[in-house]
Amino acid sequence: MAANRTYIKSFCTIQNNQISLNGETVFGTEQTVFTDFSKKAYQFLEMNYPKFFKMDNLSKLAFLGAELLLRTKGESSKENNTALVFANKSSSLDTDVKYQNSISDTENYYPSPAVFVYTLPNICLGEISIKHQLKSENSFFIFADYNPEFMEKYSNILLKTQKADKVLCGWVEYYKEEYKAFLYVVDTKDELEHNQELLKKLYKH
Amino acid sequence: MIKEVYITETNCITPIGFDVTSNIKNIGDEVSGIQLHDKPKLFHVPFYASIIDDADLDLAFAKITAATHYSRLEKMMILALDPIIKKAKFVFSERTGFLLSTTKGNVTALENQNLESAYLHQLAQTIADFFKFKTEPIVVSNACVSGILAVSVAKRLLQAEVFDNVFIVAGDEISKFILSGFNSFQAMSDLPCKPYSINRTGVTLGEAAAAVLVSSNKENAKIKVIGDGSINDANHISGPSRTGEGLFRSIQSALAEAKINSSQIDYISAHGTATLYNDEMEAIALNRLGLENVPVNSLKGFYGHTLGASGLLETVIGIQSVQESKLFVSLGFDTIGVSQPIHIIEKNEDKNIRYFLKTASGFGGCNTAVLFEKVN
Repeated sequence: MAANRTYIKSFCTIQNNQISLNGETVFGTEQTVFTDFSKKAYQFLEMNYPKFFKMDNLSKLAFLGAELLLRTKGESSKENNTALVFANKSSSLDTDVKYQNSISDTENYYPSPAVFVYTLPNICLGEISIKHQLKSENSFFIFADYNPEFMEKYSNILLKTQKADKVLCGWVEYYKEEYKAFLYVVDTKDELEHNQELLKKLYKH
Repeated sequence: MIKEVYITETNCITPIGFDVTSNIKNIGDEVSGIQLHDKPKLFHVPFYASIIDDADLDLAFAKITAATHYSRLEKMMILALDPIIKKAKFVFSERTGFLLSTTKGNVTALENQNLESAYLHQLAQTIADFFKFKTEPIVVSNACVSGILAVSVAKRLLQAEVFDNVFIVAGDEISKFILSGFNSFQAMSDLPCKPYSINRTGVTLGEAAAAVLVSSNKENAKIKVIGDGSINDANHISGPSRTGEGLFRSIQSALAEAKINSSQIDYISAHGTATLYNDEMEAIALNRLGLENVPVNSLKGFYGHTLGASGLLETVIGIQSVQESKLFVSLGFDTIGVSQPIHIIEKNEDKNIRYFLKTASGFGGCNTAVLFEKVN
């Protein structure tokens, strides 16, 4: 098989109340809780998307990252075959705990479908797919740690087998105010060569 | 030349049997695992579900190991994998992958504030350590398509020559967590579920574990994996697309890769959860592809909806259908209750099956389709 090269088109990191895009800090707030930070980031990005406020924190985190990398002007009507390959450590555990608390006590039993639906990590992929109209390959994986090796191999498979034209990869970890998102677009053309070493370097940035 | 990929071993642990043979016997006799349960610790009123008996599980598990510190789900998963690992005659290496598929894993651990056990990678590591896999486990957690998506992921990893063999285990158990959640959606049936029926009123939940060995070695092949697709609806997070767009495109993607036409498909094992919207969506997607005359069943009438296990469990049974040239009844079906015609299997019958399609759909707008071809 030919060793077709793939490239990182753009990347972003969200952590410690800061957002950076392609290595440059583009937004930040003072120390605050994630709900507040994510609201300010939403305002900064001038999104008009009220559904954002119904999402759980994991979805908000992934959604903000995707918004930074996928917003395009004047291309919205074009079919866009960008696959989503996401992973994290804590799955939807932050919302799982919240939901569990709503059913633990028989005196105080209030299971809500609006919470239950977010007890699946792949819901954030659904949110991104809806916003960017991505009728494309999507899958969510869980690893003990950030796993650039797997992400590189799996996204290259999707490109090579032409299941996708581009791949939006994301490590989106959220548990109880501890969060980190590192997202990047892998393409068959561009300048930054897509490999594990670079992915390790950019993640640490 | 893209590598060919086969499934060479299968197994399943369900309320109607702890191996494939007993499951097929019970399906043939139309014996369902769904029963009325009165378990106030799980749900405040009696409910229908397909639940594995604890005593049976412990008895079978004691034959494998004396260790007792494993959770129910871990026991189910270990029991599912054990015989196929014993049968596989190779030594585990860096070329042997291990994929675990689940939606909620050990979520019941949260009831006892045992956070560590609720981590899915922890569950996967526990199973990996039991069998001494050499590679880091890969967990697929993509709602109700997880089980069949794992087959697709394994196939892709084999084709990219990351591994030579991949063991997959898929499992989910009944819990207060999922019962209350599906109930909060008003998605639960108060009688055993009736996929595609005019009388269907929702899901019956179930639990199971299934395991397969996916290999690039044709020896002992039960079936060949020839195409797959896993495409999002981009429509709604908790309901399927009205047009079945993601499922339609997933099947199209699988057909294109396999280079066959939809008219060549002989049998479809569909998702068929028996909710109003899911079954209707599937009927629309199948019609859009001209698949309305292909025999189709949902196995939810036997097993309930086993979440992350369902796609793999139903694949295991589907493979047996192909091997034994048998179409199994879609249990619970009576009068068609979807707006587009589809050919529901109403009684067990013999049929030679060359091409078999497995599909699933789930929350988050996800869908997966995998195409299989009989091996001669």
